[in-house]
Amino acid sequence: MSTTPAAATARIRDQFGVEATAEAATLTVAVPRERWLALARFARRELGCLYFNWLSAVDWKEQGFEVLCRVENLEAGLVLMMRTRLGAAETHCASVTPVWKGADWMERECYDMFGVVFEGHPDLRRILLSEDWEGHPLRKDYAPDTPHAPYR
Amino acid sequence: MEVKRPVPQVPPAGWSDFKDLQEWEKYHQERGPDDKTSDALAAVADAIHHFPGGWIVTTSTDKIFNWARKSSLWPVTFGLACCAIEMMATFASRFDVERFGMVPWASPRHSDLMIVSGTVTIKMAPMLKRIYDQMPDPKWVLSMGSCANSGGPFRHGYHVVKGVDRVVPVDVYVPGCPPTPDSLMYGLLKLQEQVARFQTTGSRPTPTDPA
Repeated sequence: MSTTPAAATARIRDQFGVEATAEAATLTVAVPRERWLALARFARRELGCLYFNWLSAVDWKEQGFEVLCRVENLEAGLVLMMRTRLGAAETHCASVTPVWKGADWMERECYDMFGVVFEGHPDLRRILLSEDWEGHPLRKDYAPDTPHAPYR
Repeated sequence: MEVKRPVPQVPPAGWSDFKDLQEWEKYHQERGPDDKTSDALAAVADAIHHFPGGWIVTTSTDKIFNWARKSSLWPVTFGLACCAIEMMATFASRFDVERFGMVPWASPRHSDLMIVSGTVTIKMAPMLKRIYDQMPDPKWVLSMGSCANSGGPFRHGYHVVKGVDRVVPVDVYVPGCPPTPDSLMYGLLKLQEQVARFQTTGSRPTPTDPA
C-alpha cells in the first residue's frame, strides 16, 4: 500500500479529481459535499487512515459552513485533513461515524455547537449543552447574551 | 485528694494565668465536675456575668447561639473549578481553617456554609440550587473568585451564569482569580463576624408588605 504523501496525492487525484496540498506529511483535501463519505471510505480503506483524530466545523457566515476532519495513518505517518464546504444556508452533511466509530461524539458536539446535521449518524443529540437549549452557540449569528431563563 | 475549687468571683482561668502548658493541663484535670469554668466560655466572657455566690450565667440567646454557629461553620465540599484547588489548600494543614471550627463536610444536609468556588455554568446552576436547598437553615453562601462573583472572564460567554447571586443569595464575596487561601480565610473570618451579628430572636423588620 503506497502511503507516502506523494503517492497518496496521486491516488486522490485519480479517484476524486482534486489536488491535495501537501505540507510535510500532512495532506489537505477539499472535496464537494456529495463526495464527503466517499473520501472518508477511501481514506480508511485505501490510504490506511485508521486513526480518527478530530472533526469540527467553521462558520463562514454567508458562504455557509465548512466541515473539517483529521485522520491519520499512524504506521506510515500520513496525516489527512479532509474538508468540505456545505454551501450557503446548508446544514446537512454525511456522517463519517459508519467509517470511524470515534466520530460519534465529535459529530454530536459539532451538531451541538454549529447545528450541522449529520445524516446517517446513529444518535444525533446534544452532547454538552442541556437538552432544552435554544440555538447553536458557536455560530457567528448567535448572540452570546441571548437570554436563558431563569439565570441570566 | 482535696480538689481546690476556684473562687466564683474570679474570672475564668485564661492562658495568661498559667506558667506553662503542664500547669494549665493540671488545673483542668483537677477541677471538679460542677466547675463550669473553661476556656471555651471565656471566649464569650463579655456576655457572661458571674453572679455573687453562684454559677448562674446570663447572656442573650442570640449571642450564645451565634457564638456556637460561628464557631462551627461547616462548609459543604463543593468545588466547581480551579478556585476549588485554593479552597482545598485552605482546608488542608498549612492554612488549616479547622482552627476556626470549619470542617469540610461531604453532605449538604449537615452543612451551614456553601463556598461557591468556581465558574457556575447554566447547566450547573440547577444542581447548585438543589444543593443549597438541601442545606438546613440557617445557611450562608460565600462566593469565591471572579467567576462566581460576576462571571469573571467568561461573563460574555454563552454558557456562564453572570454571578452566582442570580441563583442563590450570597453573604460574602471574595475577589481574586483565584483568590489565595489568605483571601479566602479573610472572607471566612468576615463571614464569622457576620454570623456573630445574626439575629434569630426578637423583632425584625419584615422584608416587604404584600398589601
